[in-house]
Amino acid sequence: MSEVTKLIHKYLRHEKKFPHVWCPGCGNGIVLGALIRAIDRTGFSKDDIVMVSGIGCAGRMSVYVDFNTLHTTHGRALTFATGVKLANPKLQVIVVMGDGDATAIGGNHFIHAARRNLNLTAIIINNNIYGMTGGQYSPTTPYGAKSATSMYGHVEHGFSISEMAVTAGAAMVGRGTVYHATLLDQLMEAAIKKRGFAVVEVISHCHTQFGAKNKLGDAVEMLRQQKKLAVRVDKAKTMSPEELAGKITIGVLVDRDLPVYTEEYQKIRDAARAAMMEK
Amino acid sequence: MNAEVTGKPKLLQGNEAVVEGALAAGCRFFAGYPITPATEISEVMSYRLPAVGGAFIQMEDEIASLGAVIGASLAGVKAMTATSGPGFSLMQENLGFACVAEVPCVIVNVMRGGPSTGLPTRVSQGDVMQARWGAHGDHPIIVLAAATTRDCFDLTVTAFNLSEKYRTPVILLTDEVVAHTREKLALPAPETVEVVDRLRPTAPPEWYVPYADTASGVPPMGIFGDGYRYHVTGLIHDVHGFPTERPDEIVPFMNRLFRKITQHFDDILMVEAEMTADAEILVVAYGSVARSARRAVKEAREQGIKAGLLQLVTLWPFPRRLLMPLLRQVRAVLVPELNMGQMSREVKRVNQGMTRVETLNRIDGHLITPGEILERLLIF
Repeated sequence: MSEVTKLIHKYLRHEKKFPHVWCPGCGNGIVLGALIRAIDRTGFSKDDIVMVSGIGCAGRMSVYVDFNTLHTTHGRALTFATGVKLANPKLQVIVVMGDGDATAIGGNHFIHAARRNLNLTAIIINNNIYGMTGGQYSPTTPYGAKSATSMYGHVEHGFSISEMAVTAGAAMVGRGTVYHATLLDQLMEAAIKKRGFAVVEVISHCHTQFGAKNKLGDAVEMLRQQKKLAVRVDKAKTMSPEELAGKITIGVLVDRDLPVYTEEYQKIRDAARAAMMEK
Repeated sequence: MNAEVTGKPKLLQGNEAVVEGALAAGCRFFAGYPITPATEISEVMSYRLPAVGGAFIQMEDEIASLGAVIGASLAGVKAMTATSGPGFSLMQENLGFACVAEVPCVIVNVMRGGPSTGLPTRVSQGDVMQARWGAHGDHPIIVLAAATTRDCFDLTVTAFNLSEKYRTPVILLTDEVVAHTREKLALPAPETVEVVDRLRPTAPPEWYVPYADTASGVPPMGIFGDGYRYHVTGLIHDVHGFPTERPDEIVPFMNRLFRKITQHFDDILMVEAEMTADAEILVVAYGSVARSARRAVKEAREQGIKAGLLQLVTLWPFPRRLLMPLLRQVRAVLVPELNMGQMSREVKRVNQGMTRVETLNRIDGHLITPGEILERLLIF
C-alpha cells in the first residue's frame, strides 16, 4: 500500500461504507483526497472535526469519513453547522456542499453564513448540474447549456459562487479545480486554518450528466478542459474582462482578517454577565 | 412536576414564562426568526442566554433556525426555537430530520390565525393537525398544549425533559392569548425543578452502536467531540447510522422509532380531569379554550348540571386511553376549539358511537367565552 493510500485509509470508514455512490471518474474523490490531506497536515484529531454535508452527490461525502459526521437536509448544511459551532466553538466544522445545494435551495443560508463570519470551512463542489437526480440545470449551469430540464438550451445565466462569497463578506475565498490537485490541497489547508468563514469553490466535472448532455467528452477530456480554462489569480489581474470571458480564475480570491462571530459573541456574554452582577 | 414555589411572584406573560421554563430546564441555545405573536420569546432569550453562558442567534429564516437548533443539540447543548404558523410551516422539513435522527429539541408554536399569513395578531388553535402530521412521512411526535402562564413554565420544562428522555423533538403549542396574557407567577427555585438529561454512552467508543435497540427503545446519545464519532443522517439508517435500503434494517428502525414513544404512554400522556368522577356531560378542551371551559363547567355545576372537564395537556400522541373510560360514562361530549374542528375529529374517532360528540368552533380570531360553552351545556 502506498503512503498516500495509507493516509486516506486512516480517515475513511473503509471497512464500513464502501463502495461509494460516485461514478467512476467523478471529481468528488479528488476533492475528498485533498480534504483529507489538508486535515492531516493541520493536525486536528478525528474527534475535533465535524463534517457537515447537504444533499446530493457531494453531500454523500460525510458518510465515508471517520469524523463526527452530519448529513443534513438539502441546502441546510450551513444552518446545522452554525448551531454546532456556536454550541461548541472548539470543534472544527467543515461543510461540504454541491452547487445546487449551496446556492439554489441553500443560497440564502450561504449568503448569511458568509456575512456572519463564524469560523466555518465551506467546500462547494461546482459541477454545473444536479448530478444525483439526473442532470437538471443548477444556478451555475451556463447560458445555452443542455440539461435534463433544458434540452433546448438554458435561458438563464449562471452566477459565480466565489465572487458572491466575496461580496457577502467571507473572510477567505479560494477557487480551484479538481485538475489542479496541488493547489486544491493548499486551498483546503488554508481554508481550514483560516479564522473566520472560509470558502473553497472547487470546479469539478459531471461527465455522466453535464458532459454527456453537452457532448464534452469523458472525465479525462473534461479535466483537460479545466486545465485549458484555468487562469491563476495573479495572471488574471493583468487580463482584460474580454480575455477573461469563459475562463476560470483559480487561487485565493480574498483573504482578510475580520471579527470572528464566536469571539464577538463572547464579548456579549461578558457584558451580559457584568450587567447581571450589577443588579 | 410542579416544583416548589419560592421567591416573589412576578407578573409574567406566557412568552416570558416559556423562557423561564427553558432556562430552568437547562436550555442554553436558542435560534429563531422574528414572528408575531412569538417574538417576545426571542427577545427575552437574546437578553438572558448570554448571561448564563448560552448562545442566542437570529437566523435568516425558520428553516435555518431549526437547523441551528439541531446542530447545537448534536453538539450537546439543550436547544429550542419558537415561532408561529407560517414559521412553523417552514420548520416541518427539519422537524422530520430531528425525528428520524433522534435529536432532542423543543419547538414552541404560538398559534395565530391561519391559513397563510392569516390573522397574525389573533388567537387560533389551527395548527393542531400540522403539529401532528406537518412533517412528511410516518413519524411519532410529542405535542403538548399550555393554557396558562404557569403551564408555559411547567410544560416547557416537561417538553425539554421528554425530548431528552426519548431523543425526540417536542412541540409546545401555546396561542396568542396564552402568550400575551399577564399573570402572577412565582417561579420555582431552580434546584427544585426536575431536569432530565439525555442518556450518554458509557461503552468504549469502539463498541458504540449509535442507533442500537435498547429496552427503552432509546439509544444512548454520543455528542460531537466526546470521542463517540458516528454518522447522523436524515436517510433511513442501520444501527450504525449509515444509510440503508434493506427491508430487514428499515422495518426494525421504524418500529423502534414508534415504540420508544408508544412504550412510554404512562409517562407521556397527560390530562387534567376536573369534576369528571360523576360527570354526565364532558367538555374536552386544551390551550386557552380550556380556561373558558373550566369556568363554564363550574357554572354548569352551580346550575345543577353534572358537567366535567377533560383538559388535554398532551395532544399527541392522543391520550385515547385516558379519554375512553369517560366516553363510556357520559351521555354527551362537547369539544370547543379555535379551528374548524381538528381535535374533535380525534375524539370522534376514539368514540366510535359510544356517546354523542358535538363541536363548538370559533375561527374569527377571538377566544371562545365561558358563556358560549355554558350555553351549549345547558341545552344538552
